[in-house]
Amino acid sequence: MRKTIKATLLVMAMSLTFAAGPVIAAEGIKLPARNWSFTGMFGTFDRGSQQRGLQVYLEVCASCHSLRLLAYRNLAGIGFSEDQIKAIAAEAEVTDGPNEEGEMFDRPARPSDRFASPFPNDNAARASNNGALPPDLSLMVKARKGGADYLHALLTGYKEEPPAGFTLGDGMNYNTYFAGHQIAMAPPIADDAVEYADGTKATAKQIATDISTFLAWTAEPELEERKRLGIKVLLFLIVLTAMLYAVKRQIWKDLH
Amino acid sequence: MSNKFYENPVIKWIEYRLPIFSFIDESVGSGYPTPKNLNYWWNFGSLAGIVLTIMIVTGIVLAMSYTPHVDYAFESVERIMRDVNYGWLMRYIHMNGGSMFFLLVYIHMFRGLYYGSYKEPRELLWIIGVFIILAMMATAFMGYVLPWGQQSFWAATVITNLFSAVPLIGDSIVTWLWGGFSVDNPTLNRFFSFHYLLPFVIFALVFVHLWALHVHKSNNPIGVDIKGPQDTIPFHPYYTMKDLYGLGVFMIFFMFFVFFAPNFFAEPDNYIKANPLVTPTHIVPEWYFLPAYAVLRAVPDIWFISAKLGGVIAMFGFTLVLLLLPWLDRSPVRSARFRPIYRQFFWVFFIDCIILGWVGANTPDAVFHGIPFLWIGRAATVYYFAHFLILIPLISILEKPKMPPQSISAAVTGTASKGAE
Repeated sequence: MRKTIKATLLVMAMSLTFAAGPVIAAEGIKLPARNWSFTGMFGTFDRGSQQRGLQVYLEVCASCHSLRLLAYRNLAGIGFSEDQIKAIAAEAEVTDGPNEEGEMFDRPARPSDRFASPFPNDNAARASNNGALPPDLSLMVKARKGGADYLHALLTGYKEEPPAGFTLGDGMNYNTYFAGHQIAMAPPIADDAVEYADGTKATAKQIATDISTFLAWTAEPELEERKRLGIKVLLFLIVLTAMLYAVKRQIWKDLH
Repeated sequence: MSNKFYENPVIKWIEYRLPIFSFIDESVGSGYPTPKNLNYWWNFGSLAGIVLTIMIVTGIVLAMSYTPHVDYAFESVERIMRDVNYGWLMRYIHMNGGSMFFLLVYIHMFRGLYYGSYKEPRELLWIIGVFIILAMMATAFMGYVLPWGQQSFWAATVITNLFSAVPLIGDSIVTWLWGGFSVDNPTLNRFFSFHYLLPFVIFALVFVHLWALHVHKSNNPIGVDIKGPQDTIPFHPYYTMKDLYGLGVFMIFFMFFVFFAPNFFAEPDNYIKANPLVTPTHIVPEWYFLPAYAVLRAVPDIWFISAKLGGVIAMFGFTLVLLLLPWLDRSPVRSARFRPIYRQFFWVFFIDCIILGWVGANTPDAVFHGIPFLWIGRAATVYYFAHFLILIPLISILEKPKMPPQSISAAVTGTASKGAE
């Protein structure tokens, strides 16, 4: 009997250790692990950081990177009111139509629209970026080993001069954490690259943290709801399983 | 059918016309006698059946919002994750359920290997099981393609290309499988169609599997036949309750991944939309295919057989060799408890399978302490086949097994102080 309980606990402990994901980036370079508020079983996003991250996206990243999977209405999920969302959406232009005359027309975005993309298509994006395609950022944190750690490391991992003996391609930049170390994206952030509305000091590190938090949310908008429900489900299952075990013992009692 | 007397007039009326109540009773009820000494390793069959049901239910729900088209598949999955109510839950259950299903079935298979559950008179039961795992592999592979991420696309390309190794008609077969000249929309469409169909085939196979099981009943840890009613207990309430408790433990494990590490078994690359022009640096299959993948890559050119064809033959042989097992093992004793030599080789074989999985996760030219993975993979592959084709027949003839107890009840009373669990 004790053995079974022990085995149960062991299985649970094992699943906990497994859950600590790998944090090795390309070529085995260790990523500096950071403390994110959204990791762990009870993790939630830091609202302030998320909202600042949106500002960073809109003022910095959005000039090259799309965020196609996100709609403006989704911003309610990081604490914006309906009016704020309307105002944020209205800053962007989207193409709609055809109208009654059969013409396409531009209009300010509405909350139901997806985030407006900086380029009409991939070829246009390449043409303005020296042949490189700035990837869509919606799923970026989920689509890279190391997730938010990787993103933060990448954004702060630029070196002005490559190490001796390393030849950089034309228009490329050296980055410690990027696979192959040559990245087309110029260092996108620096101290005071944005002026935060809430008065937070905009160091490069702070900006990287905020945008990584924001993009962690765009990749997993269900994260908070998922963990909240998960705690309830696990508690329920643990109590239920304990009761099932008691009933099982009771029923089997007269056999041994 | 049984002579059970039902008092409820409605049940009585139905039972007279369609004896479904006695059928249920004799299948999973008090009318199904089961060896009284089954341990917890016997929980995994019913668990696998439950996960199959969970997969079918979540799969049907997901199919309602999924679009099998190269331009929309990736986005439709993200719509499920973002806009469908509890779509993320359905998808994460389905995604992790695949891994759980294989985990449970692999344990179930190793259980069968250890306790000799494949032996006379359960050969067909075992063979049907091999067909189930084959159908599961086909289903899982095609399901992995549906989200149309980078790993989806390249897995589809690599695996379908294997058929080009068939002499003379290989290339025609591949074109036929693709429905075109590359993995494209027709491929995705047919994979979706088959991915929806095959689980029901598995369901039917499971039914036949259970039918065969019920003829000679479960094997048991000592591998001695049921001699009489003193050896058995009714399935209900004893094993229904034990299975329910096992289900509870398993669900805690399963739901932990669903809610707290949903992408633990997934490759980050699959959150990048499929792009035929960009090959990922490292194409890795799902963990449950890693041993087979290692076998596929282990085979060199042999005489007139190309490495590719040899690899494909070895990979199919990897599973199909199990079909021969009931006749390769000639030992009259079923349970490894009474087979000291086989028991040791069972564990060596188990470790060999783990090594194959580890090799499958690494590139062949990578090295481990100076040994290339290619060579570790080759050694492990040779050992895998040698285990079945040489070691098992030899051990079964040369080994002197210990004497198993006379009967299940004798064994149970003899060890009652230690407890049957």
